[in-house]
Amino acid sequence: MTSVTAGAAKTSSASQVDGKQGKAAQRLIPISIMGKAYEVPADATIMGAIEYAGHQIIRGAGCREGYCGACATIYRLPGDYKIYTGLACMTMVEEGMTLTQVPYVPAEKAIYDIEKLKPNVTAIQQMYPSVFRCVACNTCTKSCPQGLQVMDYIQAAKRGDIATVMDLSFDCVVCGLCMLRCPAEITQPLVGILAKRLYGRYLRKDSAELAERVKAVENGAYNAEYAELMSMSRKDLSDRYYARDSE
Amino acid sequence: MYPDYMEESLRKVVQTRPKRLELARKPDPVYPPMNAEERRAVLEGFHPDFEASARRKVRVGPNRDESLTTEVADLLESHAWLRSNQVDLKKPDFETDLLIIGGGGAGCNAALVAMKEHGLRSIIATKLRMGDANTMMSQGGMQAAVSRTDSPTRHYLDAIGGGHFENKPELVRALTEDGPGVVKWLEDLGVVWDKQQDGSMKTMHGGGTSRKRMLSCRDYTGAMIMRTLMDEVRNHPDMIGIKEFMPAVELIMDDKGRCAGAVLYDMESEEFFTVKAKSTLIATGGYGRLHIRGYDTTNHYGATGDGLVMAYRAGAKLMYMDSVQYHPTGVSFPEQIAGFLVTEAIRGAGGQPLNKDGELFVFPREPRDIEASAIIRECVQNGGGVPTPSGRVGVWLDSPLIDMLHGEGYTEKHFPAMYRQFIRYGIDITKLPMLIYPSLHYQNGGIEINERCETDIPGLYVAGEASGGLHGRNRLMGNSVLDYNVFGRRAGRYAGEYAKTVKLGKLSLAHLDAYEKELADAGVKTDLVTPVLLPSYAPKDVKKRQLLRGGNVLPGASVLQNRLFDESPGA
Repeated sequence: MTSVTAGAAKTSSASQVDGKQGKAAQRLIPISIMGKAYEVPADATIMGAIEYAGHQIIRGAGCREGYCGACATIYRLPGDYKIYTGLACMTMVEEGMTLTQVPYVPAEKAIYDIEKLKPNVTAIQQMYPSVFRCVACNTCTKSCPQGLQVMDYIQAAKRGDIATVMDLSFDCVVCGLCMLRCPAEITQPLVGILAKRLYGRYLRKDSAELAERVKAVENGAYNAEYAELMSMSRKDLSDRYYARDSE
Repeated sequence: MYPDYMEESLRKVVQTRPKRLELARKPDPVYPPMNAEERRAVLEGFHPDFEASARRKVRVGPNRDESLTTEVADLLESHAWLRSNQVDLKKPDFETDLLIIGGGGAGCNAALVAMKEHGLRSIIATKLRMGDANTMMSQGGMQAAVSRTDSPTRHYLDAIGGGHFENKPELVRALTEDGPGVVKWLEDLGVVWDKQQDGSMKTMHGGGTSRKRMLSCRDYTGAMIMRTLMDEVRNHPDMIGIKEFMPAVELIMDDKGRCAGAVLYDMESEEFFTVKAKSTLIATGGYGRLHIRGYDTTNHYGATGDGLVMAYRAGAKLMYMDSVQYHPTGVSFPEQIAGFLVTEAIRGAGGQPLNKDGELFVFPREPRDIEASAIIRECVQNGGGVPTPSGRVGVWLDSPLIDMLHGEGYTEKHFPAMYRQFIRYGIDITKLPMLIYPSLHYQNGGIEINERCETDIPGLYVAGEASGGLHGRNRLMGNSVLDYNVFGRRAGRYAGEYAKTVKLGKLSLAHLDAYEKELADAGVKTDLVTPVLLPSYAPKDVKKRQLLRGGNVLPGASVLQNRLFDESPGA
């Protein structure tokens, strides 16, 4: 038996398991979390820095890998008038940064029956009329931590171009930063979700083989094969498995 | 960017690439897949589950004297948050038909099906926000046998072979037979699947698949499914109540031994609430955030195995809780994203794992436990790993091959999340390989269920990663996404059926007192209180100062997690 922990598991404690351990002579930099000063590792993400400071995050952390949008953060840098935006799990700290998390952005989701909508501009008008307030200032696009062309998909929504909204908003993590920054108070991520559902429901090309397969299962087409496989001994099943061909 | 000292190794990867590209273009495997004996040898020699301290006997509960993953045994040999005399069950704070614990993919599916098929109401109680679940994070895809060259029974054979023939057959049948219907259900709800020109589904290989069966939504598959399901749940506020930041901390039983709801804990106000429910579904996901064997994890912040311990205290039996899935390809460098998932679809699309000399050492699409063990062997035994500046080790995953095989722009179009993940650190994965090492990924076992999602306890249902039996001791890629859809839907159907007939008796938390007595009788000494709810990542010196807080344990329970790591109580 070879011990494998020595190589990876022990040292892997460094980032996730034990904030501080495993890093000799770590360089610390000053940052401010909601106005309070802390010294944190220079190579930390914002989320790592908040936890290094001893905070137990309840709101403001989710998947921790850039998919869920729980950790929207705004910050400023010294001598710079700009407001920057980012996901705390994906953004590195910088010296003198002053930050706060924005774990929730109020927004009213429209209630709808997807079966009663059509994939056109009327659906957008009825569900999210604020889209038509867009002044094309591009602040949403500039604030998107995913680098999406948010304003372009809002413009597409105004034209009823559902396919373009779907495509451009596909990678949206619904962190809400765009809608917080929008001077026209549009709820961009919600428009994206509606458009994606409308596309998937109505504008997709149907798969003939999927329909056939669903029908075959319903008709019990595989019952005999299942019965055979499920009655096989482990040995026979193993032989069948290792002998199977591969695509 | 990679540090200078890795340059020589990177140069070797470039040197061997033309030959490997040629191999990848041929129909034969680029490296010989292992036979049964080779698989056994690499597993027993190098899989972390086989280390001497990886397992120990649990001393209490339905699986008493069974050898379980050590951290799981620690988790189960712990005190409950509450005792029966602390909670007034006479007037429940909430009543509903179906209580769903966990707001991920399984929970949302169950709520929708219970409503659509039975007209039942449900409450979804979840620890963080709706959709804060591993569901949101799955990148690569979902297996379902939809192609004409494929069949549900072939999917069955792949899954059961990948699980070393230990899977419960009736569960695998349910999974594979329901698969095509799930694709259709999700599509009709508005999930945008990747498609071919003619509308047929785009399919890819995953580890252990003998047909291309992986369906995807770029590399945001889970996010697309989760946001669609959540949006639909939120379209029915009259039928589906949502309680966010309100995890269940204990199950409530009735005097006939049936599950009758749960006690919820409000993470913000620190209040406890009681929910009386005709049937209860545990859809709490897995345990990656327990950092088994000190490994980094690909898992969600809330993945602390809460459902396991609640169900266990109530008397539900666990299955295969001695088996942990380490994803073969977690990030090893850069440090900031260490442990993060690199989707298996990278290998499905032609990416190859290579040692420091740029040589192949394993078939890129072995089942996960085999692939992970082979990578560990290459680093630990053969010295084929590349060390990182922080003291980790990794092997290369040659991603530039993908554009060479499928055309320029393919990686950015199909793996935008992966591309984004690395480019933030100056690594363009279309030009440079990624450095990877196995990362704690999935709870193979769980609370034992049958194909109706039933447990030993009447009225208690389980679906998704929290359940055990379906995957044997090793799950294949893409079968978890299918799992929470298939069994989430089944749970809605069968828990709904049951809810329509059951007449509950007097509510009780007596099982908590009985469990305390069992701990004492078995001589277990522990200060661990569970469910854990959240891990703490505060540095050790901060944790020590937090201990001074005494008995007032806050949510997040830094104190508990501290104990679990530093002084494993059962060991």
